[in-house]
Amino acid sequence: MRFLVAVKANADSEAGVLPDEKMLTEMTKFNEELVKAGVMLAGEGLQPSSKGVRVKFGPGNKKTVIDGPFAETKELIAGFWLWQCKSLDEAIEWLKRAPFGGGEEVEIRQVFEADDFGANLTPETRAREERIARQAAENAARL
Amino acid sequence: MSDVNRAIDAVWRIESPRLIAGLARITGDVGLAEDLAQDALVAALERWPQTGVPDNPGAWLMATAKHRAIDMHRRSKRIERKHEQIGHDLEAQQEMSVSDLDAALDDDIGDDLLRLMFTACHPVLSTEARVALTLRLLGGLTTDEIARAFVVPESTVAQRIVRAKRTLSEAHVPFEVPRGADRDARLSSVLGVLYLVFNEGYSATAGEDWTRPALCEDALRLGRVLAELAPNEPEVHGLVALMEIQASRLRARTGPSGEPILLLDQDRGKWDQLLIRRGLTALARAEQLGGARGPYALQAAIVACHARARTAAETDWERIVALYDALAELTPSPIVDLNRAVAVSMAYGPALGLELVDALRSEPALKSYHLLPSVRGDLLMKLGRLGEAQSEFEHAASLTRNSRERGLLLERARKSAAGAAPSRSH
Repeated sequence: MRFLVAVKANADSEAGVLPDEKMLTEMTKFNEELVKAGVMLAGEGLQPSSKGVRVKFGPGNKKTVIDGPFAETKELIAGFWLWQCKSLDEAIEWLKRAPFGGGEEVEIRQVFEADDFGANLTPETRAREERIARQAAENAARL
Repeated sequence: MSDVNRAIDAVWRIESPRLIAGLARITGDVGLAEDLAQDALVAALERWPQTGVPDNPGAWLMATAKHRAIDMHRRSKRIERKHEQIGHDLEAQQEMSVSDLDAALDDDIGDDLLRLMFTACHPVLSTEARVALTLRLLGGLTTDEIARAFVVPESTVAQRIVRAKRTLSEAHVPFEVPRGADRDARLSSVLGVLYLVFNEGYSATAGEDWTRPALCEDALRLGRVLAELAPNEPEVHGLVALMEIQASRLRARTGPSGEPILLLDQDRGKWDQLLIRRGLTALARAEQLGGARGPYALQAAIVACHARARTAAETDWERIVALYDALAELTPSPIVDLNRAVAVSMAYGPALGLELVDALRSEPALKSYHLLPSVRGDLLMKLGRLGEAQSEFEHAASLTRNSRERGLLLERARKSAAGAAPSRSH
């Protein structure tokens, strides 16, 4: 099973303060361990919300684009991993080894598999998702 | 299970391969190493429910196992002194001081894991034993989990593991990664074991389920670990590529009620693009290392053709035929020939494919292989020879041990029969 491991934002990450050298070294080491154990599938750090936007939908057809930064730091994420683990407990044990210790909060969420949606995902929706996923893969391959 | 016990379970899964690998290096005996690691686990199960899981559970387990090893080392030294007739050679060998032992255990563990993989897949062991030992020592699976995965009694697996450890010990199999030509042969045994585990998960040979995704995940994870341990081996990346891309189709291979869905009928929207991307990256790595013509890289290149096709109709069958040609030359096998025949039928028409399949009918190795009549039935159906197709599907159904697959084949037999029956409107 897979897990999204989301690192919550804090004042530093929102201010665009980059991790210091010690933190970077330790995080690189941790990521290496995850890769060596076949656990880490993907992982990225995110720019502060001041460089992001929110798009609000509706009611009706109305779409509003709101520029960052956003106030509630605890609701924002500063980075994420995608892990493959045998169980939630294993994901927890791995996360406990992460080199945090400055009041960070990290959330683990299990990823839905396509089958979990059952009949709600119609063949048409699936076909569209297929195109989207493929395009996303092609875009990623160009990076 | 309590929270602490679940946590111990998770810690064990993470730590046991490294623990056993480190201990195997200093004891030189995989069986003894596992016993020591198990002792540490028992100690944790006694202690941690009271004290809580320590901050660094891996270090705790290692320290505990280390103490056991040192105790045992001292005991054996005492015994040795009592039995000086054992000989000076042995004594010199065991002259290692306790502090050396301590330092040895703190060394980088990566090489030890690689040694453990090579030892667990040693050719002195039967294939079943290699599989069981690899899943147990490196995958962190319990005997019960292995038994359920392979639909055999737990006692069978337990016995297999005990015997395998004894065989390794009696054959004095050194705990090492071999060099030179031997290394290639031994690596191919490791890859073979991982792919066998993967395949058992991908299309279970027996039982009620068509696939066992957990087993695929175990094999894939071990493959990814191996790719980190032996990053310059092109075939390791070839195998990982093959498994990543095959696994990308896992959730599209089974219908809502557990029935199998064949490749060309699959909803490609359910293919996992992340795994496909990882697979293509691994394949590129194998090719960069000069391994494009390795057997696993070739198979990965074949599945990559499917992964790259937006629709079944867009599949580059001619390239697939060419890749099968290369594979058949490298590793001649009737199963490769059968797969090649399917590709030929897709690229150049069912009649040509059927000719190739018919040539394989006298092949003893395929005598009870259900996919031969299944492929033949498919080609006959496409050629409108429905009566013959029906009997081929029925024959195939009688040969498979997987009930889901049997259902699919009988369904195809029924469809052929319905098509073959004279139409009422005439």
